[in-house]
Amino acid sequence: MTMSRATPSSRGIVSVRAAWFREHGLWLVTIGLLLVLPHIPGLNSNFGRSLLSQMGIATVFALSYHLLLGQTGLLSFGHAVYFGLGGFAAIHVMRAINAGLGLPMPLVPLAGAAAGLFFGLLFGSLTTRRAGVVFALISLGIGELVFAASRMLQGWSGGEEGLTANRAAGPHVFGLNFASQLQVYYIIVFWAVVAAWLMYAFTRTPVGRMCNAIRDNPERAAFVGYDPQRVRLIVFAVAATFAGLAGGLHAVNYEIVAADAVGAARSGIVLLMVYIGGEAYYVGAILGAITITWLQVSLSDYTTAWQLYLGLFFMAIVLFAPGGLAGLIMMHGPIVRTRAFGSVIKAYGIAAIAVLVMLVGAIVLFEINYRLSTEPESGSRMKLFWIGIDTATPWPWLAAALLAVGGFYAFRKTWPYVAAAWQRASDEAGLDRDRGEAR
Amino acid sequence: MTVVAPASDTRPCALELRDVHKSFGATAVIRGVSLEVTQGERHAIIGPNGAGKSTLFNLISGRFAPTSGSIRVNGEEVTGQPPFEMYRRGLARSFQVTNIYPRLSVYENIRCSVLWCLGHRYNFWRSVAKLRDANERTERTLEQIGMTARRSTPAGVLTYAEQRALEIGITIAGDSSVILLDEPTAGMSRHETESAVELIRSVSQGRTLVIVEHDMGVVFNLADRISVVVYGLIIATDAPERIRQNAAVQTAYLDATAHA
Repeated sequence: MTMSRATPSSRGIVSVRAAWFREHGLWLVTIGLLLVLPHIPGLNSNFGRSLLSQMGIATVFALSYHLLLGQTGLLSFGHAVYFGLGGFAAIHVMRAINAGLGLPMPLVPLAGAAAGLFFGLLFGSLTTRRAGVVFALISLGIGELVFAASRMLQGWSGGEEGLTANRAAGPHVFGLNFASQLQVYYIIVFWAVVAAWLMYAFTRTPVGRMCNAIRDNPERAAFVGYDPQRVRLIVFAVAATFAGLAGGLHAVNYEIVAADAVGAARSGIVLLMVYIGGEAYYVGAILGAITITWLQVSLSDYTTAWQLYLGLFFMAIVLFAPGGLAGLIMMHGPIVRTRAFGSVIKAYGIAAIAVLVMLVGAIVLFEINYRLSTEPESGSRMKLFWIGIDTATPWPWLAAALLAVGGFYAFRKTWPYVAAAWQRASDEAGLDRDRGEAR
Repeated sequence: MTVVAPASDTRPCALELRDVHKSFGATAVIRGVSLEVTQGERHAIIGPNGAGKSTLFNLISGRFAPTSGSIRVNGEEVTGQPPFEMYRRGLARSFQVTNIYPRLSVYENIRCSVLWCLGHRYNFWRSVAKLRDANERTERTLEQIGMTARRSTPAGVLTYAEQRALEIGITIAGDSSVILLDEPTAGMSRHETESAVELIRSVSQGRTLVIVEHDMGVVFNLADRISVVVYGLIIATDAPERIRQNAAVQTAYLDATAHA
């Protein structure tokens, strides 16, 4: 490095650039991808762009929750408070713009962030006195309190119906009026990238590192000069700020904010996103936000029982892949280049068929029961997986049960093959590593 | 009640305890301890199991507040202050039961303990990778404790002896002028103990060291002065050779050890 600085040879410059790309390349590629996504076929509809917008909002919200849960080990049951209060602040600013305030619409999410910061410091000074169970319970209490308050304070929150505003009625910027979903998408992408980068940078600052330290061992952190309570308050305020920003984006996207924005259901869904994505990984929050938003939107199109499937998916992750989706991906990192990896993929394929059979059986059983109990008036005839069935006869029940049990049995039988292939691959990866160390 | 041997010279006190008491409910664990440790001294605290040595450490380092009495660090009154305040006044400690950050790498374990003393404190706008002083200090500490090669390993998967070395590294990485080590060689083999003693000797250079230790070889090898704690009282504080000859220590200590 010093050599290349003293005599700037072309080679030195190239290596500096290469280092810069290694550090920032992934961000650049992601930004490029985000810019073209709403134009590729399948996503270039209003529905596709709306889905992408929702994913962007969810990503900011989930990343802010990751700062608490993944980085600092703080399990909050009331993170939507800061999302929702940010949303309310933003919708009030939008209404002021509609009434003549000369503020460009793309800056509205900043009002949400400011509200998040304010309430994060206010409530955080209470909740962050303790970690662990006490923190979780106080966050739950504050969540209920704010939810109840926002339904009661009608003038401020619009009560049950919520408050609406018009994002297109305001000063135009560069001739843009922000009426179309595409323009809103770009506002969301801009703030999402800024927020994601800032939060990532935060994890790499002294306080960000001490968050990890107090997650692992708060007592030890106190013996090297840090007040764990103060560290928790800082990260809590930062997380609330970005949750507020996400709420502000929500206000711009939907042009309505109601009491459900601060509700327990939203606090629960962000916990699911971060946990399913992998709480320990920064990228896990992003994966979780994208996956859950997609499931929410697409599953609810097919079945009214979608929350049941979401819950089962969450349970499966907690039980069988506690590292989440990101953890599953990371797990495969060391074995991808082994020769045995092919046999791992083959074993996965066989096991996947068994799982698929089991799932089809289980889903049919769920759906039959769900429909019979929620819409008894529509009779015993229904269509599942494009096949018409009559639940008055025993055959659909029997077939579904057979598929479910048979699939489960087959899965149990194929599992040893997966395990054996894994063992071979990881042995091979281990051998390579040992040889590498010897060299 | 407690006889404190006068310090051998007029150097200022690094650590000063005056009639410190600590009770847990009705049980008096520390029953009036006074102690003066001069700057640069290596001071060992010995005594039978349950004598109150660890409690004494927990009082000095701010883990517990004393029931009565006063504690001064480098001349400053610190009685009842929390651990981070003790640290900010120049006192760092290690633990008998290894107390590290298991999911963080060895490197991060050390770096987290140099941030405060280098003035980076609650900074959340600068990248730690660019804090040259913190990274240099971390490298130096890794070298001192001989763990440079293990830098990327998560601390939770280190061997016991490595974790003990890391424990000392976390304690000494900062600028603390007073270092408390709680049984640093407990559970180590003879060979590991020898290298641990060398490590302690080198890292305590130019600092005040207070050490609780069961291994008498280590104690007599390392300490300038020794305090003997029995049932929550210091029954003697003196140079090693005079402690060895002290009849009261021999009966009390050996008696208590025999009972233990």
